[in-house]
Amino acid sequence: MEILVCVKRVPDTAENEFELNSAGNDLDRDDLVYSVNEWDNYAVEEAIQIVDKVGGSVTVITVGDDESEEVLRREMAMGANNGILLSDDAFEGSDGLGIAAILKAETQKGNYDLIMSGAQADEGAGQVGGMLAAMLDYPYASLVNKIEISDGKITVGREIEGGNQEMNEMDLPCVLSIQTGINEPRYVGIRGIRKVASVDIPVKGTSDLGLDAANVGEAGAKTKRVDYFVPDTGEGAEMLEGSTDEIIEKLIEKLKAKGGL
Amino acid sequence: MTQIFAYIPFKNGAAEDVALEYPSAAKKIDEGASLTAVVTGSGADLDKVADEMTSIYSEVIKIDHADLAYPNAEVVRKVLVNIIPTDAIFLTAHDTFGMDLAPGLSVKMDSAYAADMVDFEGIDGTTLKAVRQELGGAVSTHVAIDISSGVVMTVRPGSFAPVDGGSASGAVVDKSGDAGDLSAKRKFLEIVAAEVGDVDITKSDVLVSVGRGIEDEENIEVAQELAEAMNSVVSCSRPIVDAKWLEKSRQVGTSGQTVKPKVYMAMGISGSFQHMGGVKGNPFIVAVNKNPKAPIFQVADVGIVEDILDFMPELTEAINDL
Repeated sequence: MEILVCVKRVPDTAENEFELNSAGNDLDRDDLVYSVNEWDNYAVEEAIQIVDKVGGSVTVITVGDDESEEVLRREMAMGANNGILLSDDAFEGSDGLGIAAILKAETQKGNYDLIMSGAQADEGAGQVGGMLAAMLDYPYASLVNKIEISDGKITVGREIEGGNQEMNEMDLPCVLSIQTGINEPRYVGIRGIRKVASVDIPVKGTSDLGLDAANVGEAGAKTKRVDYFVPDTGEGAEMLEGSTDEIIEKLIEKLKAKGGL
Repeated sequence: MTQIFAYIPFKNGAAEDVALEYPSAAKKIDEGASLTAVVTGSGADLDKVADEMTSIYSEVIKIDHADLAYPNAEVVRKVLVNIIPTDAIFLTAHDTFGMDLAPGLSVKMDSAYAADMVDFEGIDGTTLKAVRQELGGAVSTHVAIDISSGVVMTVRPGSFAPVDGGSASGAVVDKSGDAGDLSAKRKFLEIVAAEVGDVDITKSDVLVSVGRGIEDEENIEVAQELAEAMNSVVSCSRPIVDAKWLEKSRQVGTSGQTVKPKVYMAMGISGSFQHMGGVKGNPFIVAVNKNPKAPIFQVADVGIVEDILDFMPELTEAINDL
């Protein structure tokens, strides 16, 4: 089974405190720590486990700048066989539909039975997988937390409200967006990264993919981010300050009053 | 005139709360827009919901077909492409169905797409200005959406004020005949119900709920001790279940349990909307987090900037000494 996994390099929400820049229109990106989108690790792990069972290969792909190569290498260190970097100045500012169109162009050059992505990434939209599926006329399932493959049939479980699971049978090829918790992604050490450090990762741009620059990037985007801001959320929490002992004393009084103790 | 269509999700003949929230969202998009509810399904449940919607919407489009008895996003999408005008504004909830349906629908409608809207600031020409969040709610953004060829959007449940039912006396329009070809490459099989755990977190008046800040499986015990001191039980956010440190039945959130405690102790929980979506009944929320910018401090009643691994043992000791 030939599997393509779409991944993304994102600011790490666990490692950063996000601040606006001095102009107030973008994040202060100078000291941001980036990593591979958390959901994508689960997708790559799932792809590797499927190939271990039924054979085939795993290709990881991303749309991004030169620095995105590092996330491809990380996923290759996990066990993905190939990496493809789709990179072009013309791709900058793409909305979800633009990213899906770029991925579609490369997908059609391969012969993939299964395409996976993380259920969502840094922007929290969860959009590219469903768009790519519709563009390719492949069936799609989002928030997948179980996959079973036998005799060319694929059965997938979707995580729905209340911790329930919706089981579906799908035709191949198909596109799945993968929810966290479907597996336990393997650890990648420095040695693993070193092993794949010199593996060639092809870089493809607009002309390689036969795309019209007017249809991707900022030029083709129908949905554009105007600015970042920190919303005025009113008062927010009453912050307890002082020494830990003082804080605990105040907290215990409040917990008593509210029925917590 | 701007035309807005809102998809009504329902279960067992009862519409989800978002059905009452779309009218407020629609008003913020364009005060003068027409708003039409769209309900798909089969049989008596569908009829009941369609009738109920006439008290909220002036027009309710109903599509009844046996293949729509369970909302399979691929089948619903096929129907909607036939029913919704291509230049319209289409709204659905940012829930597990909406996320399944909406991105692909925007492709088939050749429309713009925007996900998880939390606010709208109106239309200027053919540009709709809206607000959404990124990075797990850490920052908000304004987005400008070109709606000249229509737009498909998901709206975050709970973000728009619910209207009172009974404000409209609308009519149901049966468009079942326009459903078209409903063959699909994805077939719904069954729902596997969530596993019941050893502890029912929905029954506890007080919850000590842990998130990523717990850092390690061994530290769960620290939360357990605080929970015992407070005569309560330990619940958690999603990453703790993903890491298999606690069982799924302990997870609070839209994809886990919905809880209604009196006091909710959010320990090292950032406070994503998916997590807070499972905290109902307006409990007294205490948030302890070492990141002063954690979104949880926007919704908590009391906030404390400390490392939970230092704070929880001291709190436990102080309570035990009472």
